[in-house]
Amino acid sequence: MEEIRNYTMNFGPQHPAAHGVLRLVLEMDGETVVRADPHIGLLHRGTEKLVESKPYNQSIGYMDRLDYVSMMCNEHAYVRAIENLLGVDVPERAQWIRTMFDEITRILNHLMWIGSNALDLGAMAVFLYAFREREELMDCYEAVSGARMHATYYRPGGVYRDLPAVMPKYKESRWHKGDDLKRFNQWREGSMLDYLESFCADFPGKVDEYEELLTGNRIWKQRTVDIGVVPPDLARAWGMTGPMLRGSGIAWDLRKKQPYAKYAEVDFDIPVGVNGDCYDRYLVRVEEMRQSNRIIQQCVAWLKANPGPVIVQNYKVAPPKREEMKDDMEALIHHFKLFTEGYCVPAGETYAAVEAPKGEFGCYLISDGANKPFRCKLRAPGFAHLSSMDTIVRGHMLADVVAMIGTYDVVFGEIDR
Amino acid sequence: MSEPASLARRLDVQLGQKMVGSVESRGETTIEVLPENWLAVARILRDDPAWRFEQCIDVCGVDYLSYGQTEWDTTDVSSEGFSRGVEGKGAGRFNWADRPRNTDIPRRFAVVVHLLSLATNQRLRMRAFCVDDDVPSMPSLVDIWPAANWFEREAFDLYGIVFEGHPDLRRILTDYGFVGHAFRKDFPLIGNVEVRYDPEKRRVVYEPVSIEPRVLVPRTIRDDSRYEQASAEREAGMK
Repeated sequence: MEEIRNYTMNFGPQHPAAHGVLRLVLEMDGETVVRADPHIGLLHRGTEKLVESKPYNQSIGYMDRLDYVSMMCNEHAYVRAIENLLGVDVPERAQWIRTMFDEITRILNHLMWIGSNALDLGAMAVFLYAFREREELMDCYEAVSGARMHATYYRPGGVYRDLPAVMPKYKESRWHKGDDLKRFNQWREGSMLDYLESFCADFPGKVDEYEELLTGNRIWKQRTVDIGVVPPDLARAWGMTGPMLRGSGIAWDLRKKQPYAKYAEVDFDIPVGVNGDCYDRYLVRVEEMRQSNRIIQQCVAWLKANPGPVIVQNYKVAPPKREEMKDDMEALIHHFKLFTEGYCVPAGETYAAVEAPKGEFGCYLISDGANKPFRCKLRAPGFAHLSSMDTIVRGHMLADVVAMIGTYDVVFGEIDR
Repeated sequence: MSEPASLARRLDVQLGQKMVGSVESRGETTIEVLPENWLAVARILRDDPAWRFEQCIDVCGVDYLSYGQTEWDTTDVSSEGFSRGVEGKGAGRFNWADRPRNTDIPRRFAVVVHLLSLATNQRLRMRAFCVDDDVPSMPSLVDIWPAANWFEREAFDLYGIVFEGHPDLRRILTDYGFVGHAFRKDFPLIGNVEVRYDPEKRRVVYEPVSIEPRVLVPRTIRDDSRYEQASAEREAGMK
């Protein structure tokens, strides 16, 4: 009798469906996966160790570079942990701004996900549609922070600065002129909040467009329905959070269950799946985009009506205004101390979690009273999700592994840290 | 979160001898257990209908070496200026050859677990210190929460904590063939090797790091009244 052996296959790390640098060692029986061994760490930069070597405020920028498609949510977890330890209260307006930007970030993330996941499964066009709206939201990031992605906008005690009163406009160039230019600038006549208002009024129609392309699409359903089923027990045991957990029918959302910022005061629904397959998780994420849109609308309405400070006036934590530094010695000293030594955080430990687009993103901080964290552990949702890979894809076909990687919504910035 | 104040007390009642102590602060509960009770307590916390911590959110290692050590003395007048505080062999300032060796402080390594109960909407932090600092070890939680699998591999990789009973304790985040445990406090921040492409050998080569360790801001602990003062100012401002 001829000896029959399973075939071991290497997938990635340089593969367009590997979403970055995932390396999978797959043991195949024909087209069927017998064992999957994900190798991660190819993007490990030692973020937590770097955080331990710097004053607290200098590490906010590292958070953007963890999950680099949901930047401000990561910052939110980190600054919330610092605020817990310091016992600082955040002004109300800053909390509304954070709520709004968390939801903008969620839409940004889900747009990236819907585009790349559809691309993995053979639907080219969705990617182009999704990036059209992503561009518009990234302009909001740019308007408040000057950076389109790595914003460093949240600070312990609030946010870096108030929302701009004027939305930057496109200027005439060889590529943008005439009617084109007018169309680009049609929402940009007023403030950033006016711009967002126009965006939110328009966005549900755009989500309909994505759904038109996918929800009833026969090929899309063949690739996702009953693929990668995660029963609720398995989802709990493997520490799944976010859409992975909700896709399996468990209505768990930190924004509702352990509200932070202003989530207790906004009205939104949590979508849940029924079967726990890739298709349900797709539907959950699409609905989350619509709900995020609702939340942004409520935030915009509140922020328009209520001006106020956006960062604490406590100069031991947040720097004084530039103008004050020109004629106030005390303010100058505060500024100097903050940007050289930083602030010392009382000894203790805390865990602060936020509902990031991918699930629970947590920051566990231990302080020994110094101006640098003693230990910072970042709990990335993708790390827990990807660890269940082997259990879930066993018995699936190779092409379904790609669907599963897509539905996990893995981003290696946060998994490898 | 329901009744955070009573969580530690109720845990005290049920776990009794199995628990070393509990702390409540900032609305968070931490319990400490001995390694020999680690699995038993975990099983109770997961299965007992009063707790139902069905999710293991996070497992991480902590290295308590150099905890509370400061590089710049601020309690009294000193000749050490802030700018001179960047010299010395403090955390992150040494290279691989000069890494501190005499590092036996008792109870150096700890494993910290964060649990979440979806049913009762509560969180709990559980900590145990490893007994042996040379070969720190802890029973593995994989049989109780499968999610612990990769988190324990990570703690093994970065801190060298051996999880007994773990089915597949391999390195996970660091490079293939990595030497040392990168997140230990006596591991240099700059690492020990760097890689580059060698055009003559036509492959990637590993070499000792060429950069100088340097930290611009010294680690400072200020135990002064600034925060009380700041909060007093805030309250005064509110009136």
